[in-house]
Amino acid sequence: MHELSVTQSILDIALKHAGSRTVKQVNLVIGQFSSIVDDSVQFYWDIIAKGSLAEGAQLRFERILGEMTCSACGQVFHPGKETFACPSCASSAVRVSKGREFYMDSIDVE
Amino acid sequence: MCSSAAPTRVQVVERILSANDTIAASNRHLLDHAGVYGINIMASPGAGKTSVILKTLEALQGRLRFGVIEGDLASSIDTDKARAAGLPAVQINTGGECHLDAVMLANALPSLPLHDLDLVLVENVGNLVCPANFQLGTHLNVLIASIPEGDDKPYKYPGMYMGMQALIINKTDLLPYVPFMMDYFRQGVEILNPGIAVFPVSCMTGEGMDAWANWLVEKVRGNSG
Repeated sequence: MHELSVTQSILDIALKHAGSRTVKQVNLVIGQFSSIVDDSVQFYWDIIAKGSLAEGAQLRFERILGEMTCSACGQVFHPGKETFACPSCASSAVRVSKGREFYMDSIDVE
Repeated sequence: MCSSAAPTRVQVVERILSANDTIAASNRHLLDHAGVYGINIMASPGAGKTSVILKTLEALQGRLRFGVIEGDLASSIDTDKARAAGLPAVQINTGGECHLDAVMLANALPSLPLHDLDLVLVENVGNLVCPANFQLGTHLNVLIASIPEGDDKPYKYPGMYMGMQALIINKTDLLPYVPFMMDYFRQGVEILNPGIAVFPVSCMTGEGMDAWANWLVEKVRGNSG
């Protein structure tokens, strides 16, 4: 639902870093716990980038799977849908180690 | 020399919502300058945001002066309730947006008599997904969960449960009637947000409201001191 504002921010940041160059690709890093829908962002992008130096640029989403680390046994695992307990030792002394990413890594310009 | 050059990669490494974060920082500055503590209250629709705010007011009566900013989607029903309770209240109509953002708060803050207040409660749009992404500049993000929503919500909405600094569990009076495994729920919460302050309350019976209100008073006084 908030993809339009997110897409506008992506465009602003890309254009700021591109200066007078043409943006060919935007490389984004999105963790599993940061909720945006790639297809919707691309859809809005095609509309709002029109007429700018980023028109026609490809959005590339690098998705980072959620990852948790067990403090008891050291196991690193992707959380399940119904429990976050460690699949190895069943401990709940578990911490989120990956999946919060929500940033623009780089742009490809010409 | 004639062939078109390959694209050049330019390193950016910038948070996608950095513009929102910048405005959030200026909101924080405005609040701090006025000596006001701000809290952002998030929840799914029907969890009892407005009821918790009104009960909180009752519990804080005479201890703190506070105002309310309402981010309801289209009506001013909640603001009317707040005004009827004697609160300075401002309505933000988000025009269908699913969340408040820092710009909306920046526009609303000047409508409140900030220098006469200790605390501003911002009621976000009822939604467990979007508000978590948009910092407002308040000092505290509070999530209100409620018993009828079910005990699986931390597992289904981990982004929201990671983005708060206090959790209220409302409608505890319904525990005898609803299958809700509190241990399972709190295990998910604790993993996503270790050490977070949790307040089980009932707006119907008033149970737990004092613990929440006393904690909040400590927070507000700690901030201004």
